[in-house]
Amino acid sequence: MLSLRGVGYRYAGYSTPVLHDIDLTLADGEIVGLVGANESGKSTLCLVTCGLAPGSIGGALTGGGLVIDGEPMAGKPLHEFSTRVGIGFQNPITQLSGVTGSVFEEVALGPMNLGLTQRDTVERTKEALATLGIEHLAEREPRRISGGQGQLVVIASLLAMRPPHLVLDEPTAQLDPEGTRLVGEALRGLAANGTALLVAEHKTDLLDGLCRRVIVLEEGRIVLDGPAGAVLEDERLIDWGVDLPARVRLARATAAAGIDPTMVSV
Amino acid sequence: MLGGYLGPTAIIAVMLVLAVRGGVLGTIVRASLLLTLPIAISVVLVSVFTRAGTTVLLQIGPFDATLEGVDFAGQTLVRLFAISLSIGLFVLTTDPRALVFDLERRGLSPRAAFVAVATIEAVPTLVERAAVIGESQRARGLDTEGSLRARLRGLLPLVGPVILGSLTDVEERSLALESRAFSRPGRRHLLWSMPDESWQRAVRWALGATLVLAIVARITGRL
Ligand SMILES: Nc1ncnc2c1ncn2[C@@H]1O[C@H](COP(=O)(O)OP(=O)(O)OP(=O)(O)O)[C@@H](O)[C@H]1O
Ligand SMILES: [Mg+2]
Repeated sequence: MLSLRGVGYRYAGYSTPVLHDIDLTLADGEIVGLVGANESGKSTLCLVTCGLAPGSIGGALTGGGLVIDGEPMAGKPLHEFSTRVGIGFQNPITQLSGVTGSVFEEVALGPMNLGLTQRDTVERTKEALATLGIEHLAEREPRRISGGQGQLVVIASLLAMRPPHLVLDEPTAQLDPEGTRLVGEALRGLAANGTALLVAEHKTDLLDGLCRRVIVLEEGRIVLDGPAGAVLEDERLIDWGVDLPARVRLARATAAAGIDPTMVSV
Repeated sequence: MLGGYLGPTAIIAVMLVLAVRGGVLGTIVRASLLLTLPIAISVVLVSVFTRAGTTVLLQIGPFDATLEGVDFAGQTLVRLFAISLSIGLFVLTTDPRALVFDLERRGLSPRAAFVAVATIEAVPTLVERAAVIGESQRARGLDTEGSLRARLRGLLPLVGPVILGSLTDVEERSLALESRAFSRPGRRHLLWSMPDESWQRAVRWALGATLVLAIVARITGRL
């Protein structure tokens, strides 16, 4: 379990914080969606949740702190975060290490960095590839696979670190519908195995049916946090710059047109 | 007089045999010829006609072609060819990644190894990116074809996106690497090891010793 209590954060060189008073809990096996307009602070919150902000990019917490499995993480060296919470970004290409010739080596890089023995590294790599169902990509050159598969490779290489928590910042932003479906399925599988997931997404259709909870950010504050079904149907989402899922839009359109909603199925 | 040819020719012979074994004979001969040809032509012209010597073979205007000049040109050519073949063989048959990882096994720090491989691997990525950006700039009317000047002018607007693009890449990549414990101090266990048999080690030692001997012999004037 990972939690932020009353966390604020400001970027290096700025005096005003971009995150204010964030309370967030990620329970094991739970998928939490994170939505909000552009610039509302989703990416920043992702970086704070996994310790890279301020740990790697600088800046400072202006309040509160990150606690993982009961342990306050303040002051811990960065590499200790990597086995507790992994983070993935939107572009699969820039997340590749650029130093490996095959997907297998790419996924193995993290465990290797942990100083594991060759046997453990190979075992973890195989397991991560199997979990995401991409064993068949093992021999492929990482740079020469499709975006959706690339994102699965990225997630696999995070999984090989065996973190109990995973933060993904718009994992499907650059993916086509098929790639998005692949990633969505993979995430569902991970949560079923007990991984806690925080997924920042503009695609509310993906979050609908995937998440248990959804958090809405506006100007660096959490303005709504609740069960996915209720949040994604909230009247105010549009004001907060969040697209409604197709299901909700359709229901509203039919209601507005005076059609009995039970006659329409999605 | 033949002494000057013996060493380089022996090296060329060995390199050619190794190139055949490595299946790169055609590529390597073509590349070496292409690389050495411009230098070779100028060396031949300059040394054949300007080198002082007693045995004049033919005269063109004020220039004498001397046997000594031909000899000098010949020796330079075999040396050039020997050098380019050995470098070519190394480049064509050694995976840079394998080289660097083997260096890491021998004590190079994982960080230095990463920097070395990332640099080697960045070249094709940069070239690809430049091509993509070039295409999109052309689609928006930028002239990157035509006369040399037009092309140089066309290249300038590409420099920014290529370099800035790779800088933001670097930022994201370093975060992604951080998430995979890249900053953890200490050694790692590499996934594979290079096959290194005892005869290979022996050959390497022998080559190293020969190099030292050759240098000593040269300095003391025995070669
Ligand atoms: N490196 C940075 N330095 C300074 N300020 C930044 C930096 N990155 C983001 N910000 C600022 O922090 C605020 C939140 O940005 P953030 O990228 O977290 O938003 P986001 O919700 O992820 O937006 P998007 O939907 O566009 O990805 C914005 O006001 C932005 O200008
Ligand atoms: Mg963002």
